[in-house]
Amino acid sequence: MDNKIDIKARIAAIDPAAVWSDAGDGMFRIPVSSFRETAEMLRKEAGFDFLRSLTGMDWGEEGLGCVYHLENTSTGGTITVSTADKDRENAALPSVQDLWKGANFNEREAYDFFGIKFIGHPDLRRLFLRDDWKGHPLRKDYDMALNPLNMKNEVSDDDAPSYEMTPDGSYILKRHPLFEEEEYVINIGPQHPATHGVLRFQVSLEGETIKKIDAHCGYIHRGIEKLCESSTYPQTLGFTDRLDYLGAMQNRHALCMCIEKAMGLEVSERIQYIRTIMDELQRIDSHLLFTSCLAQDMGALEVFFLGFRDREKVLDILEETTGGRLIQTYNTIGGVQADIHPDFVRKVKEFISYMRPKLKEYHEIFTGNVIARERLIGTGKLSREDAISFGATGGTGRASGWACDVRKRHPYAMYGKVDFEEIVLGNGDCFDRYMVRMKEIEQSMNIIAQLIDNIPEGEYQMKVKPLIKLPEGSWYSAVEGSRGEFGVFIESRGDRYPYRVKFRSTGLPLVSCVDTIARNVKIADLIAIGGTLDYVIPDIDR
Amino acid sequence: MFDFGIVTNWIHTQLASVMSESLAIFLECVIIGVCLLLLYVVIAIIMIYMERKVCAAFQCRLGPTRVGPWGSIQVICDVFKMLTKEIITIRHSDRFLYNLAPYIVIIASVTAFACIPVSRGLEILDFNVGVLFFMAASSIGIIGILLAGWSSNSKFSLIGAMRSGAQMISYELSVGLSILTIVVLTDTMQFSEIVMRQADGWFIFKGHIPAVIAFIIYLIAGNAEVNRGPFDLPEAESELTAGYHTEYSGMHFGLFYVAEFVNLFIISSVAATIFLGGWMPLHIPGLDGFNAVMDAIPGFIWFFAKAFFIVWLLMWIKWTFPRLRIDQILTLEWKYLVPIGLVNLLLMVIVVVFKLHF
Repeated sequence: MDNKIDIKARIAAIDPAAVWSDAGDGMFRIPVSSFRETAEMLRKEAGFDFLRSLTGMDWGEEGLGCVYHLENTSTGGTITVSTADKDRENAALPSVQDLWKGANFNEREAYDFFGIKFIGHPDLRRLFLRDDWKGHPLRKDYDMALNPLNMKNEVSDDDAPSYEMTPDGSYILKRHPLFEEEEYVINIGPQHPATHGVLRFQVSLEGETIKKIDAHCGYIHRGIEKLCESSTYPQTLGFTDRLDYLGAMQNRHALCMCIEKAMGLEVSERIQYIRTIMDELQRIDSHLLFTSCLAQDMGALEVFFLGFRDREKVLDILEETTGGRLIQTYNTIGGVQADIHPDFVRKVKEFISYMRPKLKEYHEIFTGNVIARERLIGTGKLSREDAISFGATGGTGRASGWACDVRKRHPYAMYGKVDFEEIVLGNGDCFDRYMVRMKEIEQSMNIIAQLIDNIPEGEYQMKVKPLIKLPEGSWYSAVEGSRGEFGVFIESRGDRYPYRVKFRSTGLPLVSCVDTIARNVKIADLIAIGGTLDYVIPDIDR
Repeated sequence: MFDFGIVTNWIHTQLASVMSESLAIFLECVIIGVCLLLLYVVIAIIMIYMERKVCAAFQCRLGPTRVGPWGSIQVICDVFKMLTKEIITIRHSDRFLYNLAPYIVIIASVTAFACIPVSRGLEILDFNVGVLFFMAASSIGIIGILLAGWSSNSKFSLIGAMRSGAQMISYELSVGLSILTIVVLTDTMQFSEIVMRQADGWFIFKGHIPAVIAFIIYLIAGNAEVNRGPFDLPEAESELTAGYHTEYSGMHFGLFYVAEFVNLFIISSVAATIFLGGWMPLHIPGLDGFNAVMDAIPGFIWFFAKAFFIVWLLMWIKWTFPRLRIDQILTLEWKYLVPIGLVNLLLMVIVVVFKLHF
């Protein structure tokens, strides 16, 4: 770990008070006074250009703060830093949203849940909760009785607050209007066929051209992270399937992996094989649905049904083993719920030989269609720098030329041992985002084909104590979900319950970059962009 | 070929023998009006049923199967459902225009429908500038759509209406140009006359190259004219929820819906009439035996077969192709179809002048 020692020295050079804490994965604890300077150093000099995850934290006595998981995309080095402000009533941290664009929405989330003011953030509105919500629910001193059931309609603010710090240490609150008086603003969503769920875009139009987009999240916020804090570790598993329901397997895999890492538990090879195959089946399922929905959004209803026809076959296979079609409930801590069905291997092989020629059908009807190409090629470009800065992982990042596949970056389960190609295209437009997914279906089938015949014998569930307690510390582990890096951050105080669980949403960075991508395009392009970004709303809102 | 003119003349003489001439004509007008509306509704029901079955076939589905044999009663049930639904009035909408809009659309559609010759002697509106009248009547529908979008006090409706205004007015040009190409070939604008001239071969064969080009342009432009996919931007459901009729409910929505389907039929039947010979059977000059067999099939069967064939063609396109974007639609029309249409018109003039047609 030469790299880490080097970084340690550089961080210490900025502020000697920064300490390395070793519990769990370990992290640097940096005093809030020198945090901004350290962050700038990490971003600009040390090249940590990808903010994997930003987690708001309530450390009780130590104050409110944030944990930043950073990665250098050129060397692959990772680092975790944290900072905290002891003043609980007026916690304020310097904003880093100008260093990593992805921090914009994440800081809003941290403000929403913990009441941390981010100095220099231009738009510090609540992200998920109502504007008239009282208190900040993920703080440990939050009183549940503050917010009785509210039967009144929500009135959302038309202006964005921002906080500035004066030299004497007090704050100035400024408010900026979101839209000008004379702008023609329409609501796309929360009930709209093309937002794929309850997401609301306020779109300012000039004729058919989009001038500005303001995304409103939180219509399906269920407080899953808060719920996790009062659940035992096995109980937390159930929530993950309800995040990104098209990545149920992978989400649960990430959480199980994180808990197993904290417990120091190695699972058997059979379990690794089964988990990998299941993840890839889930990915095929998700990408087929992606193609269907994109085609439907663009008006090609025939392709929509082709996708559903083939997806049904995947679901049938999954259903036989897991009993579920959408909500799989399959991975457990130290294994899987049930052994694979006796027909599983045969049916998976049948499916692969069925699916390979069928992919040509999609290319004939949709990929090659002149209208589809006209609509997709060149629209909604996301540059590589922006993709990294926003943290837009998954197919979106890879279409922009960023090799961001967690399966290659930090191999887990069987991915280090199978041979597959990471699809990276360069244009960053809608068409590339579509093609990445189509080609990934083939790669997923390659992975499955390599594993399916060699599933080793063994147990499908390791021996795990019924009462699971994690040691003190914090852990982060990530999998490649169907639409990007899905990470789980757990902080434990040695209890049966996690102290804090944070899910790195795959969709939130995708939504946060919509405004950048979709400026000066037509309404119809916004639909194509939304379709190709492929976000799932329950995953964003959590 | 059976001439329905005999039947209508017989009815007229019978009526005139028991009442005054003017009363007889009035009575006939009423009967024809009722028959026209009945036919309109029947065509609408058949079209909706066909749409559901055809689209199901393209999408690996079955479509309606439960109500009646092969689900054939389904649409009739839906009509009754629609009739019983509440017509919701929108707050701050322009009440008068809001209620008027669907009727303008339906009147335009019925008037255009009346121009089409179904069989020999079965023409309702048939005079020497029939083509011109047809074009004028079908254009009125745009006003209804614009009014619907404007008066519903909804931004989605307004955008949908503006889109359809831009689109339909543009594509009117191409429809006009391609019909004009055939008018140049026939030197008549009367629909019945156009059909009669195709007795020795349909215009798509007689006019060969320019006629085929005109036919293709007509199909594209006609499809856009009735707001069907891939030109269904005005009501693009994934963008504007339902476009100009977002705020309509009950039978007011039903009128838009019915008009859309019958307009598709009208566009197809005009294509069948001016390019594929209308009710005229397939005749090959010189083969008298073959021609006699073809003549045995009644004219209205020929007409409906051709019209529904084109309807099927357009449905196939709709359910397969993705939707175009508004600027692409206008580019396609103004930069490609109109110039090609104009050159094609010139080509047809040359063909006619030098008698290069069959």
